[in-house]
Amino acid sequence: MNWMSFDTALPIIFMALMGISMLVYVISDGYDLGVGMLMHRATEAEKDVMVASIGPFWDANETWLVLGVGILLIAFPRAHGVVLGELYLPVAFMLIGLMLRGVAFDFRVKAKDTHKKTWDRLFFAGSTLAAVSQGWMLGRYVSGFGTGWNYPLFAAAIAAALPMAYVLMGAAWLIMKTEGELQERAIHWARIAWLPMVGGMVLISMATPWVSQIVRERWFALPEIIALMAIPLMTGILLLAVRGLLNSAAVRGPLCWLPFVLLIAVFVFGFLGLAYSIYPFVVIGQMTIWQAASSPAALKVILIGVCISVPAIAGYTIFSYRVFRGKTGELKYA
Amino acid sequence: MDALILARMQFAANITFHILFPTISIGLGWLLLFFRVRWLRTRHEPDKAIAQGWLDAYRFWTKVFALSFALGVVSGITMSFQFGTNWPGFMEQAGNIAGPLLGYEVLTAFFLEAGFLGVMLFGHGKVSERVHFMSTCFVAFGTTLSAFWILALNSWMQTPAGHEIEGGVYHVKSWVEVIFNPSFPYRFTHMLLASGLTCAFLLVGLSAWQVLRGVGQRSAPRVMRVGLTVAAVLIPVQIFVGDAHGLNTLEHQPAKIAAMEGVWQTERGAPLLLFAVPDAAERKNHFEIPIPKLASLILTHDLDGEIKGLNAFGDAHPPALPLFFAFRIMVGMGLLMLATSWLGWWLYRRAKWQPAALPRRLLWVFAAMTFSGWVATVAGWYVTEIGRQPFIVYGLLRTADVVSKVPSSMIGLSLALYIVLYLALIVAYVTVLKYMAEKPEEVLAQDARDQAATPAGATTSPAISTGGAA
Repeated sequence: MNWMSFDTALPIIFMALMGISMLVYVISDGYDLGVGMLMHRATEAEKDVMVASIGPFWDANETWLVLGVGILLIAFPRAHGVVLGELYLPVAFMLIGLMLRGVAFDFRVKAKDTHKKTWDRLFFAGSTLAAVSQGWMLGRYVSGFGTGWNYPLFAAAIAAALPMAYVLMGAAWLIMKTEGELQERAIHWARIAWLPMVGGMVLISMATPWVSQIVRERWFALPEIIALMAIPLMTGILLLAVRGLLNSAAVRGPLCWLPFVLLIAVFVFGFLGLAYSIYPFVVIGQMTIWQAASSPAALKVILIGVCISVPAIAGYTIFSYRVFRGKTGELKYA
Repeated sequence: MDALILARMQFAANITFHILFPTISIGLGWLLLFFRVRWLRTRHEPDKAIAQGWLDAYRFWTKVFALSFALGVVSGITMSFQFGTNWPGFMEQAGNIAGPLLGYEVLTAFFLEAGFLGVMLFGHGKVSERVHFMSTCFVAFGTTLSAFWILALNSWMQTPAGHEIEGGVYHVKSWVEVIFNPSFPYRFTHMLLASGLTCAFLLVGLSAWQVLRGVGQRSAPRVMRVGLTVAAVLIPVQIFVGDAHGLNTLEHQPAKIAAMEGVWQTERGAPLLLFAVPDAAERKNHFEIPIPKLASLILTHDLDGEIKGLNAFGDAHPPALPLFFAFRIMVGMGLLMLATSWLGWWLYRRAKWQPAALPRRLLWVFAAMTFSGWVATVAGWYVTEIGRQPFIVYGLLRTADVVSKVPSSMIGLSLALYIVLYLALIVAYVTVLKYMAEKPEEVLAQDARDQAATPAGATTSPAISTGGAA
């Protein structure tokens, strides 16, 4: 490929930024939605600790979704209309889920005791609704919004698998952030969620080439396939390592952070695989990033802001995780 | 119903619900900073009750802030999706202008708030006093910056400037002109003052409710004084700015003024209508209560000044009925605020800032006015937004041309779901505020209990086990 001009490279930069925002969103909101979906299995006291463990993070986590969709909106306005028009109802359901989850989170600690149970139920319901909708949207998006009997089936499979992945992330988060009985239960929950999540991943990896011709051509060609095998292989090894860790004693002690970190790596590999399948399309088979992008002049203006603020965002995200590191006590406001 | 009306109703429902909470958090951020500074200034004084009162106020209102902020965040996320789902044509054509402004809003402001908010709400005792204070500053600054970018975009849609159109797509010629477009300074100031007033009446109203219920003795009298003072200072400024904003609108969007004043035919010496029922079918008003020549006097500063009627704009004018009433609700609320805050402040000062010495009837009036800021703000936004119709970018791009092609049944279904959810959440929000106001000791004691019950090491245990947390 020839060296491209800066103007041609701009959409790629924004595509990368959008991808990274979405990845950070899926990982970070993934664990707190997962914690939400585990709520109904916990005792009253444990619920408080679980909520406290995600308390300082959840709304910052959600802003990554705003950033990701924001970049889609401002850098690829034509694609924003197409994608969100196709996903109209699941988007509405996801938003309602996220709203329920977010407000239930805040109301539950402030409401009368008699209402607390209701808010807890809404917290669970909102988290589940958001996760399922996101799975459905991912499934529809990856398959290029195709029509036919197999496409909704594929989307439904992802809608079932993604919440499982979130639950596993949530359980790993709790293993890292809690101790004692709750940690023990989190390990148990992680073991339960592991198999459906892995099963889902395998099924989806097999089904994606089946529903999408572009993906099929990309992956099953020599010699690419040899280099590409690294992605599924590494993912498999990481997942097996997580499973092994869950049976070990070290996960209760000094290695309590490891399952969470390994799962982040699983998501990163999944993301790389997906990125390889999709690039350079923003709507698979319909629209490339160059067709969808705003004018280079507008992108440059946004880029200035991005260069200033993204390092700052990364900086204080790390700062805020450092401030709230360690095992969770109980939720309290200043 | 057709898809355009449904899409507009859905967007209106969402934006109405959303604006309630930023209106509170913009002003409350700065008021929290003020409580905080008062506490830092008084905590070494011999009379511990004063400092404790400010600290109680800070902690209590921080909780109100957190709740309002959370509702603002979740409804704000919906906004970023609905631009695409409801108005895809707008972003396709005006994306080069709207995109960067929205982008800057998200990048600079939203993250600033969301990042530092965690530290501000949960970090007391985990970070130094200085860092915590700075976090409070950043959150207050961030909310205001958010408002800056959003109002820049909104004002550009009202009074577009600094762009050129090539092949139906908008390109920026000058960012300074785009951002500081003719109506922006007025609208931005008007909104910030509206936020300050909304918070002021919220402070006064909840404190009055506490006094009526005999709770919160340490902080309620102080908070009430702060609220009344802020309200009494801001309301005349707001009336002045509102008037200037109206004159600005007359210059750039005369059709909006004609609809607000119910002027169907261009006339000289137009009367100010205290009441009327504009009738779009007959293009005239029923049941008018006029004050002769006053509208001309206010708008043109001339008894016989000419005011353009709706007839001068063909079909390109907004509906008169909603604007006429929304405008009167806003102004009426403003006058009520003026009367309440000035009378209240004077009586409260005469009572030597002892709420117990105030007539209970006055406290009831305060309590009734708790959410008056919401009413005025929403009414004002209806005037300005419905007043832009039938355009999405005034004079240039029609709303009907950018609406999405999603089937109206889908829009209808999601609209119904959103409305049910929003109503339930508003009820829940008000109920929880009332509950918190009635049990402030419990709210604050819960904090103290948690702190005492949590072992010192449990919240900040050694970092060894958490290397992966970041």
